[in-house]
Amino acid sequence: MEQVMANGVYLGSQYAMIALGLTLIFALMNVLNFAHGQMYVIGGFVTYTFYGQFGLPFVLALLMSCVTLAILGALIEKFLFGPVIRRSSREESTMLLAAGLAFLLDAMILLVFGEKQRGVPKIVDGVLNWDFRIIMPYDRILICFLAMVSIAAFIAFMQFSKTGRALRALAQDRDAAQLMGVNVNRYSMIGFALGAMLAGLVGGLLVTITGVNLGMGGPTSIKAFMMVMIGGAGVISGAILGGFILGMLEAVGLAVLSQYGDITYLVIFVALMIFLAIRPQGLMGKPWG
Amino acid sequence: MNHLDPRRLRALACVAAFLVGVFWLIPVLIAVTGLWNFYFTLTSVALLSVASAGVWLTFYIGRINIGQGAFALIGAYVSAILVTKAGVSFWVSLPLAGLFASLVAIVIGLPILRLRGVYFAMITLVLTEVVRLAALALPITNGAKGIVSIPLPGELSVLGITLIPDFSTIQNTKLAFYHAACVLMVLCYASLYRIVNSRLGHLCRSMQQNEELAESVGVNVAYLRVIVFAISSFFGGLGGAMFGAIAQSVYPSSFVVKDSIDFMLNCFLGGLGYVFGPMLGTLVLYFGWDLLFELGQYQLLVFSGILILLILVLPNGLLSIRIDMIRKLWR
Repeated sequence: MEQVMANGVYLGSQYAMIALGLTLIFALMNVLNFAHGQMYVIGGFVTYTFYGQFGLPFVLALLMSCVTLAILGALIEKFLFGPVIRRSSREESTMLLAAGLAFLLDAMILLVFGEKQRGVPKIVDGVLNWDFRIIMPYDRILICFLAMVSIAAFIAFMQFSKTGRALRALAQDRDAAQLMGVNVNRYSMIGFALGAMLAGLVGGLLVTITGVNLGMGGPTSIKAFMMVMIGGAGVISGAILGGFILGMLEAVGLAVLSQYGDITYLVIFVALMIFLAIRPQGLMGKPWG
Repeated sequence: MNHLDPRRLRALACVAAFLVGVFWLIPVLIAVTGLWNFYFTLTSVALLSVASAGVWLTFYIGRINIGQGAFALIGAYVSAILVTKAGVSFWVSLPLAGLFASLVAIVIGLPILRLRGVYFAMITLVLTEVVRLAALALPITNGAKGIVSIPLPGELSVLGITLIPDFSTIQNTKLAFYHAACVLMVLCYASLYRIVNSRLGHLCRSMQQNEELAESVGVNVAYLRVIVFAISSFFGGLGGAMFGAIAQSVYPSSFVVKDSIDFMLNCFLGGLGYVFGPMLGTLVLYFGWDLLFELGQYQLLVFSGILILLILVLPNGLLSIRIDMIRKLWR
């Protein structure tokens, strides 16, 4: 049982980070970012290139992932989402754009990094063994810890910095924020860059454990959508909660349901649909917010 | 006197030209040029556009549907299971597949149609994944191995008169499938056009604009959206079942999330304001992808690049070009 809980926390911490980026972008621009999984994959590949191939320190490689994705996110907002949101009246067109973008990023990953599965050497060796009740490699614990620190840093940034305050205002009410003197275009760009950066950061963290390959993008996006739906779209606490809940469910499901075959995700999906029928806005979301 | 209206006459002429083109001109052209592979491409386009028509209909009530792959997969499996396990004729299983997909849509739709906008889009996307996983897990679908070597559609006769001959006795199966798929497409779009221009269509438009307002003036919104979703899934089931019959096999990976997204893109690309938009969108998207095959590894890059450009330049779909051009001429 302790083992299952530990696995759940480990999975949940990384899932929460993925969901955070997605929900941030959704809250700010009302865009469902289909390309979020692809951004995560790019982050993984950048860390792989700098840490695995060039032999730079892991922290520096992580930083490069963040910077790359932040720049990419800012460019995407400036030249793609921004203009489309300004010109189009229906929210569907941003969704179409996001789907096109997912294809485009997939194509870029294929050309730049290839389609092979890539892995990097472990950052720390050894396995924690607590009386055979919890067995977990040290690198997983480290990644889990780093993910939680990043989440805490992100929340602190959103709560206490001026940029964070502007972003929260923007998420609450775009027009009112603009009237209060928030530079909406600039902060939309910053927010998108921040969301993309979170995807890149978690990609860089996880490449040390699961490795990275081209096909991971789509499934990651779907998982992120599920977390956001559990917690409620556009709410930061909801994304974190959703991430941890999905991580726990997955860990418990793998432990309990494995004798019936590979049906964990089927059960989670069905449970999610029933849950949404009862509470359409998720745990923390505002009704039709 | 409606039939004297010149606009109506022109529309009828367009439909007649389209039918002649599809059923006579294209087979003749293919026979002359010898490009027999085109039949497979065009058959696929016809069937995918049937499924896309369903997606378009859900757009018509203001819902973004990324779950059509799920219903296409359900349809394909129902037809395949009926044909291989119960020995039912394919032509009987085809409507049954559609009906079963509608039934599933009603059961699932009752709760999830309460969701809107991005929420509905996300849950339908998840639905595609649910059906794929269910097909992997359930015993009747034969798991990842799928259902293979489905027999070709048999004879369909009413009162001793053969309406459709046995496909295994036909020499040119490709042409037969092409005709069957096109008939299905024409029927689907005719019924779609009829739905849109009926009372139901008016009510759908009212829901698309403002659901609360529609409800407040007495439109039974909850009932209508389930009906529309069921019709939409019926189209999805039909398209999927026919696809399974042509491929003679169904796997859990026959329709995946990518296909669901493609169905949505077809509708967008053709234009959400036009009944025949999804048909054009499917044609352009499918052929565009095939034509770019020459580019090898750059295929996806160029394809997605063009797609994004189209969204930036033509946010209302391909069929809106004409109106835009007229507007520019006026200036």
